Amino acid sequence: MNELPQQLANGLALGALYGLIAIGYTMVYGIVQLINFAHGEIFMIGGFGALATYTILPSGISIAVALPLMLIGGAIVSVAVATAAERFAYRPLRGAPRLAPLITAIGLSIALQQLVWRFYPGAKGPVSFPEFTGESFKILGNLAISRADAFVLAAAPLCMLALGLFVSKSRSGRAMQATAQDPDTAKLMGINTDRIIVMAFAIGAAFAAVAAVAEGLDKGQIRFEMGFLLGLKAFTAAVLGGIGNIYGAMVGGVALGIVETLSIAYVQDIPGMEQFGGGAWKDVWAFSLLILVLLFRPQGLLGERVADRA
Amino acid sequence: MRHRSLLILTTVLTTGALTLTACGSRDDSKGSGGDNGGKTTVVIGVDAPLTGSLSALGQGIKNSVDLAVQTANKNNEVPGVTFKIEALDDQAVPASGQQNATKLVGMKDVLGVVGPLNSGVSQSMQGVFAKANLAQVSPANTNPALSQGDKWGSGELKRPFNTYFRTATTDVIQGRFAAQYLYNDAKKRKVYVVNDKQTYGAGLAAIFSKEFQRLGGKVVGTDSVTVKETDFSSTADKIKSSGADSVYFGGQYPEGGLLSDQVKKAGAKIPTMGGDGIYDPQFIKASGEPNEGDLATSVGFPVEKLPTAKKFIADYKAAGYKDPYAAYGGYSYDAAWAIIQAVKAVVADNDGKVPADAREKVVEAMSKVSFDGVTGKVSFDQYGDTTNKQLTVYQVKGGEWKDVKSATFED
Repeated sequence: MNELPQQLANGLALGALYGLIAIGYTMVYGIVQLINFAHGEIFMIGGFGALATYTILPSGISIAVALPLMLIGGAIVSVAVATAAERFAYRPLRGAPRLAPLITAIGLSIALQQLVWRFYPGAKGPVSFPEFTGESFKILGNLAISRADAFVLAAAPLCMLALGLFVSKSRSGRAMQATAQDPDTAKLMGINTDRIIVMAFAIGAAFAAVAAVAEGLDKGQIRFEMGFLLGLKAFTAAVLGGIGNIYGAMVGGVALGIVETLSIAYVQDIPGMEQFGGGAWKDVWAFSLLILVLLFRPQGLLGERVADRA
Repeated sequence: MRHRSLLILTTVLTTGALTLTACGSRDDSKGSGGDNGGKTTVVIGVDAPLTGSLSALGQGIKNSVDLAVQTANKNNEVPGVTFKIEALDDQAVPASGQQNATKLVGMKDVLGVVGPLNSGVSQSMQGVFAKANLAQVSPANTNPALSQGDKWGSGELKRPFNTYFRTATTDVIQGRFAAQYLYNDAKKRKVYVVNDKQTYGAGLAAIFSKEFQRLGGKVVGTDSVTVKETDFSSTADKIKSSGADSVYFGGQYPEGGLLSDQVKKAGAKIPTMGGDGIYDPQFIKASGEPNEGDLATSVGFPVEKLPTAKKFIADYKAAGYKDPYAAYGGYSYDAAWAIIQAVKAVVADNDGKVPADAREKVVEAMSKVSFDGVTGKVSFDQYGDTTNKQLTVYQVKGGEWKDVKSATFED
């Protein structure tokens, strides 16, 4: 069990990544009740945007200097794609039955993936992404936190703090809460709900870009299909934490990340459970947790029981 | 709210299923070449992942078959016959492979098919080809069950489909060869075995483990990873704390490269070894982390070193293909050439004309094919497996795969 702190740290880093992506699902769902399945691809495109930014910077530039520019570059690209998707794919379907935008989202997801595959140079396979140089941080003797993990572990709480302040304190944030509660009344009160919806998409996309940079830094590569599985996991995290609740997304993400990691590491050590451990079963354990939580708290860990508007 | 959660869950599942089975192109066109200027057109089908993460290998297969076909046409290899290729994309998905197989069977001019890359995809195609008596030659399938039946492990060999042939060596030979190298040459004793749960990866890992233990080595732990996932840090830490002196990975290069990187990042300075699935430049180049010292086995001798392959490499360059011939180029060329030779024999037996029951005749002729190909002598045994048992161990040195040992496998 001496590797427990290390495994917890792995789980926390993975969970923070899930959480950052999950914000995008949860904000959009909270406001327009749309499961934006293209969000995984927005995440992926954020990664490619950051990489493109890095390639146009002078070569040999230190990653610490390049990082803020990469984050901005990635966020600009992902926000641009997300708002364009909102404007041209989802807004025309605003009054349509719920299935229509859902299917549109799935179609958009496939289209975005194939566009990157086709047009980004070298994206037919994994593309290498700059990495931090230098050793991992050693804490308490044998606990090693890699620089990339440290980045996501710092970025996630900072992003959450900023988002929390924005939603509760700023004028636009309060307008967002109002729109989520009742779009029609909000509109009557003079809130430009279209602008608020675009803002929700944009914030989600910017967070996804941060997550994509973290993923790239950690793995040293990005792939055109990386948004699919991570997006699905992040969506699961959003549901687990209570979809519509921004803090829930992060809590759900961390819970999912830790359960996955611990189930890989420890389930096979439990007597009689040898065959249920390891990487093959981690998703089974993660989804068992999801089912359990939904059985007892259908609204998710931090979700609020609200009257269904649909 | 409860209904909504149910709806959400259902959606997740449906989307997963939908995306995984995303199908290939479906334009039903052509299908009849017929006569053109007194010459008969014979089509050689190609099925490989032309898109997706394995497309680097798939494009190499397609181009190499194309090269074989062009060479045959230029040399007038079979008088009175013009060869054409029909390449279909299976995206490494078994269901797409099956659709493609059905489509190729439906095109009456197709007399042989080269492909696919993945053993798992092949399983879904074999039956379709067998029913139509259409010869299939895979340049890359290494799963023993494809040619020797499901009970190959217990020594009970039975060929399931007489239309199936391959120019690649099986995993039985590859996995055992890898174990022998790791134990005898690299002097490793404690290995951690990881597989990707796919037909190829799990099979190879099992064969490797068995041989490694037979030699006296110890398997200190096993784990599996999921294809298309990227975070294996938990597995990497388990490997580190297990005290293993090497890792064996049964799977393909996208996951293999990530696993090797993460094992090294976790602080375990041990090599990762794998089969031909990780023997690809992408395994090294896809990340900044050096994979120095990692090992891979691959079927055959390095194409660049074979005197017979010089012409292939020169011709491939001259043809100006956009993608490199990759790991299976030579085997694909030989696979296509075997079909061309079979067609040649059939046509020669029939007064220079393609007979009405050409497919059946081609399958029969395949077992008698024998020629000096790009990868050495090409012929097939009673199971449809190649008689060529040459293998090579490659190691990453200075950011490139360098061959360290080439040998003919012996029991």
